[in-house]
Amino acid sequence: MSFWEYVAGRHTQLLIDTYQHASAVFQCMVLATLIGVLIGVLTYRSEWVGNLATTATATILTIPSLAMIGLLIPIVGLGVAPTVVALTLYGLLPIVRNAVVGLRGVDPTLVDAAKGIGMSRAARLFKVELPLAWPPILTGIRVATQMLMGIAAIAAFASGPGLGNEIFRGIASLGSANALNQVLAGTLGIVVLALLFDAAYVLIGRLTIPRGIRA
Amino acid sequence: MPEQTTTGAAIQLEDLTKRYPGSAVPAVDDVTMDIKAGEIVILVGPSGCGKSTTLKMINRLIEPTSGRIRIGDEDVTDMDPVRLRRKVGYAIQSSGLFPHMTVAQNIALVPKMVGWSRAKIKNRVEEMLDLVGLDPREFHGRYPRQLSGGQQQRVGVARALAADPPVLLMDEPFGAVDPITRDHLQDELIRLQHELHKTIVFVTHDFDEAIKLGDRIAVLRERSHIAQFDTPEAILTNPTDDFVSGFVGAGAALKRLNLTRVRDVEIVDFPTATIEDPLQSIFDKLRDGASNELLLLDRHNRPYKWLRRGDLTLAKGSLARAGTLVHDTVTRDATLRDALEAVLTDNTGRVAVTGRRGEYTGVVDMETLMNNVHELLDADRLDAIEHRHELEEQRAHQTHREQEGTDSAHGASA
Repeated sequence: MSFWEYVAGRHTQLLIDTYQHASAVFQCMVLATLIGVLIGVLTYRSEWVGNLATTATATILTIPSLAMIGLLIPIVGLGVAPTVVALTLYGLLPIVRNAVVGLRGVDPTLVDAAKGIGMSRAARLFKVELPLAWPPILTGIRVATQMLMGIAAIAAFASGPGLGNEIFRGIASLGSANALNQVLAGTLGIVVLALLFDAAYVLIGRLTIPRGIRA
Repeated sequence: MPEQTTTGAAIQLEDLTKRYPGSAVPAVDDVTMDIKAGEIVILVGPSGCGKSTTLKMINRLIEPTSGRIRIGDEDVTDMDPVRLRRKVGYAIQSSGLFPHMTVAQNIALVPKMVGWSRAKIKNRVEEMLDLVGLDPREFHGRYPRQLSGGQQQRVGVARALAADPPVLLMDEPFGAVDPITRDHLQDELIRLQHELHKTIVFVTHDFDEAIKLGDRIAVLRERSHIAQFDTPEAILTNPTDDFVSGFVGAGAALKRLNLTRVRDVEIVDFPTATIEDPLQSIFDKLRDGASNELLLLDRHNRPYKWLRRGDLTLAKGSLARAGTLVHDTVTRDATLRDALEAVLTDNTGRVAVTGRRGEYTGVVDMETLMNNVHELLDADRLDAIEHRHELEEQRAHQTHREQEGTDSAHGASA
């Protein structure tokens, strides 16, 4: 059976896997973005707390993803839960780091000006600091998404959703007729998804970065 | 339609001190200063003397360690700083405009925060752009990076004034622009102040800027100690000590010229002709007139050439070749220094004064300038002597009182 015949024959299952893969990455990215930016906002003003946050998230990234999911199974069980936790944790690093760097990189004279014209702490954060730090934060989100695309495939190991199931099934039945096709279909699906997400981020950048600071 | 604007409020600083933790000497040590409503006071001093810290304590960007601040009749030392800052305009070096907002959004910030209606804010933005000499239709939707440095600084001033605060604080606002633009911006500020009568506190390290803009100048030495707080004239002609005279620098008499405008001196008439006059009548004027010189005006009545008797003959009757071109003219708002500069460049010993559209209105000559400078310096000197007497009397009075005070204290403890 050729690859295309395989895809044609299994397209319902493949579409479901692809959808679940995309949906898992998307939801975890939303979570990671919210938590990551929050950590950034809470820590960037203090030299060592900010550095601690970036170091802590960097440490998480050094844990091999297979090990991480394995370690999570006894704590949160099988299925969706370990996937979400692992993906969100991995997604944090680029976002926290870029949020801290971005917020620290806002011109101090602008913060001084914002204070001087009577902006409250919250107004300064939401109207001046976050909008100016947004381009690097968005870059962080983009990098994190690319990374999660690949890591999400490992989720199948813990019976998680997504295209990883195709790959694992293929690897498990190596030598059988469709083994290679399965691995190929899963991998290609992830690559295509990654490209689509990246295109979406370019669009989001166009829509959310104010014209005055667009590169 | 321009609304009634709020005019300035007096500012009083009382024993204002800022001490940073971990440093033995205070950054600002016991500053007491009375700033009158509607005047421009310049804080000038070497870098690191605490002038900027003093300024930032007025809107409490830096919280004073001790002392009181009063604006108008209100003690603002313990007021909510955010509310205080909305009532005090603040303009800083390199404009401080937010790059992700348009010019209009930047200007609208403070009015929005204090809760003006949409329509009122919209009108106000247009009005402010107009006020600082930028065309609202053209600049409204632009981003700061699409503006030149000088334009950015104008928008910065517009933003500071948008909610019509009685007080405006300016922290080296023109420090980052080129000298020519700075000169323009200074002129603009003077014009604005003529219309608005705000109380302006302005920090600079440039003494010439201080002289040009200040109604009064406070020369500060380290820790913001006031070395002298007086009118520019008094500081130029009668610096209290070596520190102040060192800061004034050389050429005090020349700097004095900056303080008087052409409109304050005698502008005299001068024989003129226009290039459209028949050649013969120009000849006749030159030959029969009391002066052997005349000023040739162009079609729009603007000064064009100085013509001397004989120039026409030399040029064989051709107006195009005769005489010397007018290099430089001054307006009635120009300083005497500009006028002197122009007189020295044009070798005719006088300079043409022009009106709003560059049309000829009269001339100022070297002699008038010289006489005026002498008179000014003499008058300043007299004022200074008088002022010194006053101060000495005050001081004598104070010492007297202090002595009495300590005496009575001794008496009480005894």
